Amino acid sequence: MAQMQSGAEGLRSLPALLQRNATQFANSPAYREKEFGIWQCWSWAEAEKEIEALALGLINLGVNRGDFIAVIGRNRPYMYWSMVAAQSVGAIPVPLYQDANAEEMAYVLSHCGARFVVVTDQEQVDKVIEVQDQPHQFEHLLYLDPRGLRKYDHTQLHQYSHVQDQGRAAHDELIPDLNRRRAELDYDSTCVMLYTSGTTGKPKGVVLSNRNVIESAKNASEFDKLGVDDEILAYLPMAWVGDFIFSIGQAYWTGFCVNCPESAETMMTDLREIGPTYYFAPPRVFETQLTNVMIRMEDAGKLKQRMFHHFMAHAKKVGPDILDGKPVSFMDRIKYALGDFMVYGPLKDTLGFGKVRVGYTAGEAIGPEIFEFYRSLGINLKQLYGQTEATVFITVQPDGEVRADTVGIPAPDVEIKIEDNGEIFYRSPGTFVEYYKNPESTADTKDSEGWVATGDAGFFEDKSGHLRIIDRAKDVGKMADGSMFAPKYVENKLKFYPDILEAVLFGNGKDRCVAFINIDLTAVGNWAERNNIAYASYQELAGHPKVLQSISEHVSTVNKSVAEDPMLSGCQVHRFVVLHKELDADDGEMTRTRKVRRRIVEEKFADIIAALYDGSSQISTNTEVTYEDGRKGSISATLDIGDAEVVTVMAQKVAAE
Amino acid sequence: MKDMQDGYTTADGRKIGGVVMEMKNITLRFGGVVAIKDISFDIREGEIRAIIGPNGAGKSSMLNVISGFYVPQEGEVWFHGAPRPQMKPYEVAKQGIARTFQNIALFEGMSVLDNVMTGRLGHMKSGMFAQALWRGKAEAEEVANREVAEKIIDFLEIQHIRKTPVARLPYGLKKRVELARALAAEPKLLLLDEPMAGMNVEEKEDMSRFILDVNDEFGTTIALIEHDMGVVMDLSDRVVVMDYGKKIGDGTPDEVRNNQDVIDAYLGVSND
Repeated sequence: MAQMQSGAEGLRSLPALLQRNATQFANSPAYREKEFGIWQCWSWAEAEKEIEALALGLINLGVNRGDFIAVIGRNRPYMYWSMVAAQSVGAIPVPLYQDANAEEMAYVLSHCGARFVVVTDQEQVDKVIEVQDQPHQFEHLLYLDPRGLRKYDHTQLHQYSHVQDQGRAAHDELIPDLNRRRAELDYDSTCVMLYTSGTTGKPKGVVLSNRNVIESAKNASEFDKLGVDDEILAYLPMAWVGDFIFSIGQAYWTGFCVNCPESAETMMTDLREIGPTYYFAPPRVFETQLTNVMIRMEDAGKLKQRMFHHFMAHAKKVGPDILDGKPVSFMDRIKYALGDFMVYGPLKDTLGFGKVRVGYTAGEAIGPEIFEFYRSLGINLKQLYGQTEATVFITVQPDGEVRADTVGIPAPDVEIKIEDNGEIFYRSPGTFVEYYKNPESTADTKDSEGWVATGDAGFFEDKSGHLRIIDRAKDVGKMADGSMFAPKYVENKLKFYPDILEAVLFGNGKDRCVAFINIDLTAVGNWAERNNIAYASYQELAGHPKVLQSISEHVSTVNKSVAEDPMLSGCQVHRFVVLHKELDADDGEMTRTRKVRRRIVEEKFADIIAALYDGSSQISTNTEVTYEDGRKGSISATLDIGDAEVVTVMAQKVAAE
Repeated sequence: MKDMQDGYTTADGRKIGGVVMEMKNITLRFGGVVAIKDISFDIREGEIRAIIGPNGAGKSSMLNVISGFYVPQEGEVWFHGAPRPQMKPYEVAKQGIARTFQNIALFEGMSVLDNVMTGRLGHMKSGMFAQALWRGKAEAEEVANREVAEKIIDFLEIQHIRKTPVARLPYGLKKRVELARALAAEPKLLLLDEPMAGMNVEEKEDMSRFILDVNDEFGTTIALIEHDMGVVMDLSDRVVVMDYGKKIGDGTPDEVRNNQDVIDAYLGVSND
């Protein structure tokens, strides 16, 4: 693999790596996108030409060194090119979340003062224009898809392909300038600026240098032995650091191919068609897929069901061991091979994981059952722990040392230390440069020696040397009786049930814990359909007595399992409520990466929490909701409060003492 | 708007061309029932023309006259400056007229893609055997037609259901597939029979956007029948209002809205 990367040493920027790829891997596929029902393909040489044309066009439009270019839209090769083209001309790409609402977008655009914006289609054009009455003004806006935009005022709007055409036309005149700008890029030049969604406060612009990105990409590629023949599917938000590292950093380092789905709705079909070898997804995606598999199995014929359950039981027993290379008896191996032929193989193909060599999940804890399910099928799914500020990698699980409850060992070149209060600190070549225009936050997060506070609490296991994350450092609290309050721990247990989408636990400083629960509409809706339960809305389904009953059973089961851990037994859920609406990023209740914003939820639903504690059996509430276009509405509902069985552990504790 | 000889410019700045189709004193009877009584109006190139009216006003009959499915007892349909003879439906399609139906008429067992491809039938020239064997010219033809179909699938954003059998689709999507099939014929004149019937607000918004985009991107002339007054007034350039088979109003949405006959007959007034 080292020989494959020859010529990459000493290349200090992504445009430089692009030049290397265009000569060394000229005919290998660099980008694919499904459009018009066909996978359109660009080789590295072709991609280089496209990017160069766009870079020349950008110079032609007057992009200066150090300008910010915002990139908004779904994953498309053109959007990735615009980021590299921006780097080529000495500008800084700033990818934004495409589903950001106008307010968030206005903040980010004015914070970085982007002079140029590149977007995919009319929807994004409208959004960017809408926020223009704010102080910030973009100067030029490039759009990809001209549809519906013909009648817009084109003094500041440009079609992407036209900008490229102008660049090509002015090639001879502008190429010396472009070459000069490319040559100026070094390891310390800014590679990209990414806004963290932030579980609290305004988003912060994380500045990453070429060193951060290239070193991280190199280390991670070597760790997993990625090469030019690997394939990935780029479907996660471009504004997220992971996508930048996988789809640009590692792709440019190793020269592998980035495949873009046709649309968000066709993602699963496209995944199956491409069969990526290197795959990344947050736990939620794996959960959804597993839920879908289980739902479809319930609709399958008797024979298929029995076959599925029989072989899955076997896979659960020996699959992970086979994957980890541990000794497994000959007969078990034969049976596993048979299962692979009849169940696992076809299932993996259906899921699009037939060729996955390395798969990662991160961002949140993954349910052990979900994790084991995929691993037992023979999919090398691993966990990593990372952050935007670290250019993703802090710890990773090496092949053969994979477990559901740890996040692995420190990634190459990463140093980790754990403070007395349990908070994890790291230092690595990927450590970010600064938060843009925010020296106080930079100083708070990164000390003078380069140690960065993660805000997570965790510890290293003695035996394996693996890191275990408990919770956000600031979320870990104490109950009234002094026992530990770790909400994530219980929430994750609840979320392992397919019909529970989200759970939020409260109880810091209180004598007992209560919980909010969101049902999973897909799973519960399917269940309702099979049981002939009619419902008109999410709200009605969420309030159905039978739903409450089954959720109540889940909560009681979770309580039993929580009670087994003496340290955390105080976190059992005494009472719960099934919320009448899904927690949503548009309402500020979650981040764009779908992490619950605990404090906001706590404030917003204070009346429900009060009812959970004061023993009332019902609560009437009125909740404000925000639609994607910024309009506001409200939902009012009367919610039933459920009581859950709690295991009394106090007596046992006393007895043990 | 007054001088209609060579077309006009709409409020949003689109240039509308000359007359594509003209109804001249059309009367249509079913036995003793007079469905359409002495109606005349024209449809101009590039415009969105709506026909509205209460239930039973004769709107669908009018659309069927335009599409050549019904032959009026009196009057003539002029198409591109000449009276149109009686025609078979496939001949109408060849002339560049495509339509959608009030009650969706798709091939339920076929995939969305296959349904859209049937819209291309008029553009396929190779014989049945050549197509069955898929050799030579037939292959190239299929690829070319598939490309057109795919562009329309992309345009109407139905990529995710490309391979799904139509029977499994919800109503709103079926309507969209029907529009896709009509567009696949690359019509000059597109007839839409209640494109928004039975849709929720969101689906209506989507459909409205598609209709406007079709008109804008392909320059297709569109004649549509619709019940939803809001939709009609927002979408169309000119509106014909019918009541009991007669034309009671014709003009821009604003003109129609202020026409007393129309207000009385359709938009409703108090009874006293």
